[in-house]
Amino acid sequence: MQEIKNYTINFGPQHPAAHGVLRLVLEMDGETVVRADPHIGLLHRGTEKLAESKPFNHSIGYMDRLDYVSMMCNEHAYVRAIENLMGVAPPERAQYIRTLFDEVTRILNHLMWIGSNALDLGAMAVFLYAFREREELMDVYEAVSGTRMHATYYRPGGVYRDLPGQMPQHKESRWHKGEDLKRRNARREGSMLDFLDDFADDFPHRVDEYETLLTDNRIWKQRTVGIGVVAPEQALAWGMTGPMLRGSGIEWDLRKKQPYAMYDKIDFDIPVGVNGDCYDRYLVRVAEMRQSTRIVKQCVAWLRANPGPVIVQNYKVAPPHREEMKESMEALIHHFKLFSEGYCVPEGETYAAVEAPKGEFGCYLVSDGANKPFRVHLRAPGFAHLSSMDAIVKGHLLADVVAMIGTYDVVFGEIDR
Amino acid sequence: MFDPVRNWFLGFGDLGLVVWLVILILCIAVPVILAVAFYVWWERKVLGWMHVRMGPNSVGPAGLAQTFADVFKLLFKEYLLPAKSSKLLFVLAPLIALVPAFAAWAVIPFDQQVVLSNANAGLLYLLAMTSMGVYGIIIAGWASNSKYAMLGAMRSAAQVVSYEICAGMALVGVLICAGSLNMTDIVNAQSGAYGIFSWFWLPLLPLFVIYFVSGVAETNRLPFDMAEGESEIVAGFHVEYSGAPFAVFFLTEYANMILISFLASVLFLGGWLSPFPESWPLVGIAGWWWLFGKAFFFAFLYLWFRAAFPRYRYDQIMRLGWKVFIPIALAWIGVAGVLVYFGWFGLGGAR
Repeated sequence: MQEIKNYTINFGPQHPAAHGVLRLVLEMDGETVVRADPHIGLLHRGTEKLAESKPFNHSIGYMDRLDYVSMMCNEHAYVRAIENLMGVAPPERAQYIRTLFDEVTRILNHLMWIGSNALDLGAMAVFLYAFREREELMDVYEAVSGTRMHATYYRPGGVYRDLPGQMPQHKESRWHKGEDLKRRNARREGSMLDFLDDFADDFPHRVDEYETLLTDNRIWKQRTVGIGVVAPEQALAWGMTGPMLRGSGIEWDLRKKQPYAMYDKIDFDIPVGVNGDCYDRYLVRVAEMRQSTRIVKQCVAWLRANPGPVIVQNYKVAPPHREEMKESMEALIHHFKLFSEGYCVPEGETYAAVEAPKGEFGCYLVSDGANKPFRVHLRAPGFAHLSSMDAIVKGHLLADVVAMIGTYDVVFGEIDR
Repeated sequence: MFDPVRNWFLGFGDLGLVVWLVILILCIAVPVILAVAFYVWWERKVLGWMHVRMGPNSVGPAGLAQTFADVFKLLFKEYLLPAKSSKLLFVLAPLIALVPAFAAWAVIPFDQQVVLSNANAGLLYLLAMTSMGVYGIIIAGWASNSKYAMLGAMRSAAQVVSYEICAGMALVGVLICAGSLNMTDIVNAQSGAYGIFSWFWLPLLPLFVIYFVSGVAETNRLPFDMAEGESEIVAGFHVEYSGAPFAVFFLTEYANMILISFLASVLFLGGWLSPFPESWPLVGIAGWWWLFGKAFFFAFLYLWFRAAFPRYRYDQIMRLGWKVFIPIALAWIGVAGVLVYFGWFGLGGAR
């Protein structure tokens, strides 16, 4: 009789469910996975090394490109590390803006996740519904920073500029004109904060829509309940953070445990799962979207009531006003120095972490006193999660691997760095 | 109405008969192909509406010519033969899939007397034809010499075999109630004084549901599309196909969907019969338009499923088929026998 051999399948990097460039070498016994071997590095751009050769400010933009669906959270970790070393404290309004945008980013990320996870499991509609809402938040990103994704909005000492007083409106096009255009612009009459407030009122109903399609859907439950169970001890041992950890029932959230920005002044809850399977992680993330909406509401209320500076007035760290530069020699020199040489950061090392949508995103920064970092190390949550792939999917079917990749919420920008 | 034309052709002997039959076949095949084209357009439009987007809207009025543009693009594209494939079977597979999908139309009655072949064993023929299609898929998956295609073929084989049984069981119920294998007789057996309530869907409700769900599974559509399983095995059995052979697989899938829609209408929803009692003026008149309306309804259900549901996992489909559908279908065949024996629901006329 012929010997029966296992089957090796190359899952990715060109695969519709590989979420970018995950290459997974699967050893299969029929449809059952015997061994899963994730390969990384196909999106390696040497961010950490690049940051060593540039003044501190120049690398903020690279942070956006790490986890490219939760851009501002990455910036936040890096900017906080610099602030720690320099001892700069951003003004309160800047902290509120950061809190607001961290949560906007969390919603953005979870929308992307719910869409792609559902699409991986065959539910197409959720993806497009999620993108409808994502588009509105992208507009908010664009309104504050000028770009939809790679914002470079957080700066050491605050944020780049204050929130716009007028939300940009849709322009007339072949497809949208007349009444339709008016309807689309109805919520964009006021300021960006009005728009976000409206969005936060409306968004829970949109989440209800996704839940109608998924939460009680028998097929969805069959595909996720009991799939990819992570025991709490395992989750800790693998260094999991974020929803992956909370899905297993461990209540760990940096926003509560080591508050940064304005999280200690804001009222919100941390949802946790019970069983640690894909379904619980789904529920945790959906609940997080609702909590983020709550935080957005609170931040918007505070920001409306309290105008003020959004970046420190220390011109060694933050650029002076444009108008000032036209008249003041000193301002011009400051500007020139800041954008050519940058600033020197005192010698030392620090680790600053934020609760990014995917888990703990940290930045370990060593400075030797020069205008460039001596070493930057970035802790990407997805990297730790992905290392558990083999142990979790062993014995599952091929289709469950897809469900598992979806629930890891992997983005290769941050894993490969 | 066509008798003079037919007799004129028959005047040429055997050759005339062949020409006449080819004309009839084309009269069905060409509209089916056109229906597929518009069905694809309609699917994309419906999905667009359900997904808050627009769907095709640029090629032709309301994007109607989009499918034709796509078809011609596919036909003119180079098609690749994988180096290590089994070349003959690789080329043959799409045809093996396509032929039964079209051959099955021969026994579909569109109206009283309007049927290409009023075969007595029409139902058996249909079962045979719908089962044949899976060979195309299996051969395609095997001949491609690709691991993904192979997995798709294996899945498809297992799935179609199990759901063929479900569908077959459901048809046995129809057979018992109608007392005939002839499709026209099956429709006529559903005519009665109560219109929609005389049709077989009511006494055979579980079989009706099972039949249509099995039909969705047999055509590899969501939520049962693991033979293609885009996010798992990329495109399953047709992952290596491109250009015209791919277009043929595409055509087959949609022709099969339309076929299942027609079959479900003929077998359970009274074919061309009017849903209103015959005594009602105007709306009570039976005619092909009723059949097309019913088939359209089922065809729409296919799209609705696709827009709404996640995909089942391979073993879950098997479980649903073997542990739920087949036992229910078996039990209901017994119930159908009892119904016919006692003549309830107006059944048993054929005994």
